[in-house]
Amino acid sequence: MSIKHGLLALLSEGPAYGAALKADFEQRTGNTWPVNVGQVYTTLDRLQRDALVAADDPDAEGRIRYRLTDDGRTELDRWWRTPVDRQATPREELVIKLALAVDSPGIDSSAVAQAQRSATMHRLQQLTRLKTSIDVATDFAWLMVVEHQLFAAEAEIRWLDQLEASLSRYGHRTPTPSAASEHPTAAEVSR
Amino acid sequence: MTATLPAPQRAMVTEPVLQLLDVTRIHGSGETAVHALRGISLEIGAGELIAVMGPSGSGKSTLLNIAGALDAPTTGAVEICGVMLEKLSATELAKLRRTRVGVVFQDYNLIPSLTAAENIGLPLELDGMNATLARQEARAALRELGLIGLSDRFPDQLSGGQQQRVAIARALIGERKLVLADEPTGALDSVTGEEVLALLRARCDAGAAGLLVTHEPRHAAWADRVVYLRDGVIVDAHSVADAGPGVLR
Repeated sequence: MSIKHGLLALLSEGPAYGAALKADFEQRTGNTWPVNVGQVYTTLDRLQRDALVAADDPDAEGRIRYRLTDDGRTELDRWWRTPVDRQATPREELVIKLALAVDSPGIDSSAVAQAQRSATMHRLQQLTRLKTSIDVATDFAWLMVVEHQLFAAEAEIRWLDQLEASLSRYGHRTPTPSAASEHPTAAEVSR
Repeated sequence: MTATLPAPQRAMVTEPVLQLLDVTRIHGSGETAVHALRGISLEIGAGELIAVMGPSGSGKSTLLNIAGALDAPTTGAVEICGVMLEKLSATELAKLRRTRVGVVFQDYNLIPSLTAAENIGLPLELDGMNATLARQEARAALRELGLIGLSDRFPDQLSGGQQQRVAIARALIGERKLVLADEPTGALDSVTGEEVLALLRARCDAGAAGLLVTHEPRHAAWADRVVYLRDGVIVDAHSVADAGPGVLR
């Protein structure tokens, strides 16, 4: 995702200047996604080119206000209605690291998993403390962002638990080249 | 293998509420002997909540039973509030268990024929306090927890989350300083489970010592320290205090 739909969503609440859009975007997403002002203007230019956004004439100070067009509103509605695509092949460092670890001679993949679980549990503890400090009345969006991180960390720990249990049950198995080629790719699975 | 956990700073000042010293527990003997715990050392100070995680059969329940003086170690020592358990007679042990330790179960275990306030006051009555006074103490405890409205309700008139909060109040009524919680959120939905954990956390912040057994990483994360057991051994332990740099903003 680019910040394109984020900007469209903010503009649906009323016309705004580029600098205000940047500040609003960061604040509303709990500063999880810092953007630079150049990125905002490049995106606005592209949205203008595609007629999703229209620009007013510059004011006395040379600032330009942007507003949503009807096409822009249609595109935004489509975005709200469409689920985020989760079918893309994961390219996470942790997955790659452990996938390599389980078949690497001399590497104790249980130890790798355990070290990760320890680190992720730290993070879960920190996030839990952070969550209890949030004033829900004024900062609900921030709470939502933190809870997403909490559930993601929890899921990672559960996955690592499962991996460890499987490793102790089935032991380490070095695949032969022919066996390796029998594995479907993630892209095939997702079809 | 023995894993010793460093005591946190504040527990150095006060005496630990619970201390396990190189505890082993072997069920049965000979070829069929099961080594449920193999050299566990652990201490919990006032104000601390410790979570214990680990797969089924890792020794979590045995650890909880030994911590609650419901089972005795094969070797090693257990101390609750400075009292070495092995030196106690059966009567003394029962008294210590009754007056110092509270247990919270997955299925709440409230007595159905008693109201919330009567359930909470019951341990005090068993300690010899008269019923009226015990009831007053129970109401005070409920008020402190913001649950005073539930005083006269019977367990079947309470939601699962409310029953569990009453059970936590009962576990820590009077002089009880140690609360042992065995999957206290197991029967609750995610949001209600969080509320129960928040209460357990608050009771520990107010000076209790808590030992929580859970399968839920998100619930274990409320603890000051999380201990992983596998095959009766602590394989990993970490505290929120020695966590790295801050997260997010």
